Amino acid sequence: MNIYRYLAAALLGMAANVSIAQTPKGNVLIKNATVLTVTQGTLENTDVLVQDGTIKKIGTNLSAGKDMESIDASGMFLMPGIIDAHSHLALDVVNEATAPITAEVKMSDVINPFDVGIYRALAGGTTVAHGLHGSANAIGGESIVMKFRYGTSDPADIVMKEAPRTIKFALGENPTRVHGRGKNIQPRTRMGVEAVIRNGFNEALQYQKSWKEYNENKGKKNSTLTPPQFNLRLETLSDILNGELIIHCHSYRADEIYMLINVCKDFGVDKLVFTHVNEGFKVAPELAEYTMGASVFSDWWAYKFEVYYSTAYNAAILMANNVVTSINSDSDELIRHLYHEAGKTQRYGGLTDDQALSLITINPAKQLGIDEFVGSIEEGKQADLVLFNTHPLSVYAVPQMTFVDGVKYFDIKNDDDDQRLKVSPSELVEPVYLHAEHERCMHGVELFMEEGQLFNHAF
Amino acid sequence: MKKFNLSIYILLAFLIPSLSFGQIEGEVLKPYTGKFLLKGGTLVTVTKGNLPDTDLLVQDGKILEIGADIDAYDAEVIDCTGKFVYPGMIDSGTRLGLVEVGSLAETQDYAEIGNVTPNMQALTAINPNSVAIPVTRVSGVTTVLSVPSGGLFPGTAALINLNGYTPDQMYAGFKGIPLNFPSSARRGRWDRRSDEEVAKDAKEALKNINDLWDKAIQYAKLDAEGAELDYYPEMEQLAKATTGEFTLLVEVNKAEDIVNTIKWLKDKNITNAALTGVAEGYRVADKIAAANLPVITGPVLAIPSRDSDRYDAAYSNAGKLHQAGVLVAIRTSDAENVRNLPFNAGFAAAYGLGKEEALKAVTINPAKIFGLEDQLGSLETGKSATLFITDGDPFETKTQINHVFIDGYRIPMTSRHIRLYQEFLERSPGLVE
Repeated sequence: MNIYRYLAAALLGMAANVSIAQTPKGNVLIKNATVLTVTQGTLENTDVLVQDGTIKKIGTNLSAGKDMESIDASGMFLMPGIIDAHSHLALDVVNEATAPITAEVKMSDVINPFDVGIYRALAGGTTVAHGLHGSANAIGGESIVMKFRYGTSDPADIVMKEAPRTIKFALGENPTRVHGRGKNIQPRTRMGVEAVIRNGFNEALQYQKSWKEYNENKGKKNSTLTPPQFNLRLETLSDILNGELIIHCHSYRADEIYMLINVCKDFGVDKLVFTHVNEGFKVAPELAEYTMGASVFSDWWAYKFEVYYSTAYNAAILMANNVVTSINSDSDELIRHLYHEAGKTQRYGGLTDDQALSLITINPAKQLGIDEFVGSIEEGKQADLVLFNTHPLSVYAVPQMTFVDGVKYFDIKNDDDDQRLKVSPSELVEPVYLHAEHERCMHGVELFMEEGQLFNHAF
Repeated sequence: MKKFNLSIYILLAFLIPSLSFGQIEGEVLKPYTGKFLLKGGTLVTVTKGNLPDTDLLVQDGKILEIGADIDAYDAEVIDCTGKFVYPGMIDSGTRLGLVEVGSLAETQDYAEIGNVTPNMQALTAINPNSVAIPVTRVSGVTTVLSVPSGGLFPGTAALINLNGYTPDQMYAGFKGIPLNFPSSARRGRWDRRSDEEVAKDAKEALKNINDLWDKAIQYAKLDAEGAELDYYPEMEQLAKATTGEFTLLVEVNKAEDIVNTIKWLKDKNITNAALTGVAEGYRVADKIAAANLPVITGPVLAIPSRDSDRYDAAYSNAGKLHQAGVLVAIRTSDAENVRNLPFNAGFAAAYGLGKEEALKAVTINPAKIFGLEDQLGSLETGKSATLFITDGDPFETKTQINHVFIDGYRIPMTSRHIRLYQEFLERSPGLVE
């Protein structure tokens, strides 16, 4: 079975190459659903027509085109594909923990399209995820926005090409532990984290200046200027200063969040999202005024000291203060039920259905700069859709089908149990893992850690 | 300042009516006991069906009376019209109270040094003032098993009520001895042992356990005969598992290990035992049922143990065990987020267990496993007044928990999470440009 699937994937990959890496786009008509558009309210008994991967029409009594699948969704709930603004799923490695700034590395280089976790995320309604570099460094690597087109062997097919560039920053305990305590270099403190970032930005300004000088003079007669040395790390930092990347910053405490807001203000950087941001609720007015928002956990706390003074009401406080707020997973486990994580904001702070759903759809889309393409059910948007048997914020909700670009990648009724795309030939017996790991923010920094400190809680 | 106070009142009045206790500046809210009449709610008794519009009288820590129109006399009346009354939820496997901040060794009291330390008492290390305790109990989880971990026999687990100022006040009447059955599975993706090493380690561990068990039997026998024994606290405690005085809680997850455990328990003639973890129980559910072993399983919200498994293997495990005839209780295996127990039960319900059985898995079933079905796990006259009142299904995230009682104590509906919400929902000063 798996061999056939592998072959099919290989053929698909070859076909994709032939057709210049065109990712599959589907046609489908979903009829009589309760459509949770997120941005335009709830539409009862409504049809959604998808053509060539795009939502063509939302209405009633729509008819399917020729050879188009028509799905009777009576009694079911259709919502936009869930977007996870913080994930490490389908990445072979996460941390380039060798320096406090490693802006030159890219997560697009380490996408693993074979990760069965992709299918499991789809089975939980997640269609888009932001694959982040880890949190070992004050400035980490470039992250990558993925669309979960499972079944391909080509990492490029998983990439969401429309998404702008993003980069990981990290404050607090992780960078100070890895570099300060682990390697005896800056940063050891939150003071040092600020200094490392300011130094990096200033170096990038110098770099820009020397290139500008060189470019202005290189054609001139008698110019003796030699070109500055190309430096990918400084190129990326320079691009951040030019507003070409969105910063997603791992952060917990209110003071460090406030610090980075000030640093970014000083350097004229306004594309800034805070992630985890457990104490975001303490600086909610500042987050609302100066940032693209906060991406939080529904209820995680107390796994390390900097999250001891957290509250599960964080998302509710942020929303009440008009912060663009999302709920993310940072976990191969949680990414399978973000609809449930969003539902928890109704217990902890009484958010409305639309508010709660926005946390996992349009709001993360805004934070990733992809809200014109995905994050709501609107005509013209990409057809990333999930069909539930009941309202997705109910604990009893079970996803039934998940579509990416109108192509069905999950169907609870028809899918095989085993969804691996490849099986290791060196593995005689399939390994069994008791504590499936879902703590990846500090993945790959074992070498720098004191023994026994790594696996507990490494977010 | 005035605005801040007003906002708190507005908050209490509209946003969280569940907070029947206002957090007034400077005032400390304490649990208190007395006589309480819960009037006119729907009692979800678990064992005797749902009783609409029924009163429940609490006195001396017990459910004194259940019926229609009970006279209040001098009882404090709590109007439960339109509300639901449930027995307190029991999490039958946690670390609650044994750790305060997950990553800080200074606050980790769940794993003692040594492979064989059954005499280590969870009950003495439980911090009654852990910030996580109020955070947990306002969710309706009133009672938890706190379990030590690591090694073969890591210690003695204790069932505690989430109210009380000393461990003895919290103790809920059950202790069990966990045994980590030798595992042929890997402990995580970081476990890089070869297949041969894993098998060898498991074999050695089992031999070790067999030797220990024989010794413990010998110890118990000599002790019963009145022999004068050397001071050997580990053996003294383990002996109590061989005689059945303490329940043996066997942690085992991989299918073939579960089968080996069943065989081992049978060989040793151990009858007072429960299986815990049991992640792959669904593969051998019939064998577990045939052995008549109860199961404490969870977390339900978990990744399957094998890549080839169906995505919902962990969600559906409890349901499959129940269908095979196994008595199932659900645990979170958590510390600070034991409040997710009802959601674990909800997922198990949605993926095959059903709502009614899922409720049993966090109430009467663990009470049965712990031999406390005459005291906990359902709303019945004479049982402990450990219960909670909601505006709906407690497994639904939308539902608010309005009141909690533990052993007849009315619990203040606050926690640090709620107090931070009250302080920061509308911060003052707000944005200063």
